[in-house]
Amino acid sequence: MAILGSINPILTAGLDGDRTWRLADYVARGGYTALRRVLGERIPPNEIIAEVKKSVLRGRGGAGFPTGLKWSFMPRTLPGDKYLVCNSDEGEPGTFKDRDLLRYNPHAVIEGMVIAGYAIGATRGYNYIHGEIWELYQRFEEAIAEARAAGFVGQNILGSDHSFELYAHHGYGAYICGEETALLESIEGKKGQPRFKPPFPASFGLYGQPTTINNTETLASVPFIMNMGGDAYLAAGKPGNGGPKLFSVSGHVNRPGNYELPMGTPFATLLEMAGGVRGGRKLKAVIPGGVSAPVVPGDVMMEATLDYDGVSKAGSMLGSGAVIVMDETTCMVKALERLAFFYHEESCGQCTPCREGTGWLYKIIHRIENGRGRPEDLDLLGSLPGNISGRTICAFGDAAAAPVQSFLKHFRDEFAYHIEHGRCLVPVEVQRAGSSFFTAPAEG
Amino acid sequence: MLTPESLARIDREIAKYPEGQRQSAVMSALAIAQEEKGFLAHETIEYVAHYLGMKPIAALEVATFYNMYDLKPVGRHKLTVCTNLPCMLSGGVHALEYLQEKLGIGLDETTPDGKYTLKQGECMGACGDAPVLLVNNRRMCCKMTPEAIDAMLAELT
Ligand SMILES: Cc1cc2nc3c(=O)[nH]c(=O)nc-3n(C[C@H](O)[C@H](O)[C@H](O)COP(=O)(O)O)c2cc1C
Ligand code: FES
Repeated sequence: MAILGSINPILTAGLDGDRTWRLADYVARGGYTALRRVLGERIPPNEIIAEVKKSVLRGRGGAGFPTGLKWSFMPRTLPGDKYLVCNSDEGEPGTFKDRDLLRYNPHAVIEGMVIAGYAIGATRGYNYIHGEIWELYQRFEEAIAEARAAGFVGQNILGSDHSFELYAHHGYGAYICGEETALLESIEGKKGQPRFKPPFPASFGLYGQPTTINNTETLASVPFIMNMGGDAYLAAGKPGNGGPKLFSVSGHVNRPGNYELPMGTPFATLLEMAGGVRGGRKLKAVIPGGVSAPVVPGDVMMEATLDYDGVSKAGSMLGSGAVIVMDETTCMVKALERLAFFYHEESCGQCTPCREGTGWLYKIIHRIENGRGRPEDLDLLGSLPGNISGRTICAFGDAAAAPVQSFLKHFRDEFAYHIEHGRCLVPVEVQRAGSSFFTAPAEG
Repeated sequence: MLTPESLARIDREIAKYPEGQRQSAVMSALAIAQEEKGFLAHETIEYVAHYLGMKPIAALEVATFYNMYDLKPVGRHKLTVCTNLPCMLSGGVHALEYLQEKLGIGLDETTPDGKYTLKQGECMGACGDAPVLLVNNRRMCCKMTPEAIDAMLAELT
């Protein structure tokens, strides 16, 4: 079980045992009552959107865009096909919450999609599932089949005039396909290269038709919002940051895993729930929202609360809720080198500043890490992000630039030491011990 | 070129998309073809393209864009180890080094008996279970300590 703890859980409430993903279990937990009520009482779509707006549910895919507002952009009365796409591509390093939702609560995702489809006027949906989680792709297909057999998905759902066909699409290893327009290209059977916006997907999306894209966790929250009401959902978080959020904790903690917490919970509480820093060592730094979010020094993070505003005040982003914990055994140059490698590998190659810039970033950080750094490298490195950020079709370029800027800002000394001495400030044996690979089993 | 079983699976994928959008099934079709053939030779890609009514170059673009397709032969068991930062902090890189030493091969190499190929992967969305590795794109193995790796190697035939 990878959901290791919670405070007032909503999405993960009652997930005990290994059959929680089955339809019968979900129904026994109160599943599909929201859909029954929406269709049974013929609640007007704009009332559903109003309820979601009231909940201040903000997109859990990383950008935190208000979900109700996004839905209201859909031209729901326009004739022709309209689509709803669920983004389960979860490739932002550090993030593994959608995997657990698909593993333990896939029917919440399905119910959320059917309700969202009804609200925005979409009659077809796709769930784009991360390539590496084949077993959960298969499980999701099985869950759709269960829902279809029970009349929750398909034509004239529960005898109403609402129809919604739902399918799973399996990715095959491309981080960029998490970006919504690259994802649409990918469903169309092409390379995942982002589209220029505008036009936005709400007017020109999948197959050129109006489309809404939401993250898995966002959609899974919808049935609960309909059941408890937008006000109660908002109250479960904090003003402007509705509801609870799943946090994926990885790195140097004793109990890495997923935790569901109300928005606004102090980071210190989460760290404690995750068993504290591994081996009782000192906290050095935290990346609080997936690797595309700026790194935050440990002491600053210890004072921060986990919500969009709180993390932003600490100088970073809540992003996907992926909390990567680094203790004093971490070499920040090595850490950044690995991230730079990732962005260079995964750049789709469409925009020159990103394709070339990520290559330069990696090359420079790689040579610093390997003792071949030059005195002018720090300034050179500092000058690159500004030439990538904001100069590309999609936000991948910004994502590649943010770690570099923040690592240099907070850990410049470590980079300077590397250049001057040709080696890490943190001794290699210390780094090696930090991973625990050669000592204790990783069991938490 | 592909078995009737593979084609039936591809047909099921095609049925997920609207009329006239057969190309949408190319990702799964290539994955199914790779599962059958072991890797994607150019003839295989061309065959899939024709089956879906798309240009072979467009299918080749897809095959080269996504990391999990193999355009060259790989060993019976392709082991892809995640070394991205969250995994690295919990031994992802060390797990890869351990495997390299045990199998006596480097990254992107195959053992002389054709049994194993070793690859490095990006985040698999399972960082809490680090170190994580994937066997033949399908089976995810979690918390791969030295003992767990030994046990896995003993089990793979
Ligand atoms: C490079 C890049 C990668 C992204 N990866 C993901 C992802 O893995 N999952 C996700 O839900 N959103 C991801 N996004 C955000 C999506 O583009 C989109 O904003 C989101 O799916 C919308 O859903 P939401 O409003 O419910 O958050 C990514 C964005 C960028 C620029
Ligand atoms: S970093 Fe390895 S699974 Fe996420």
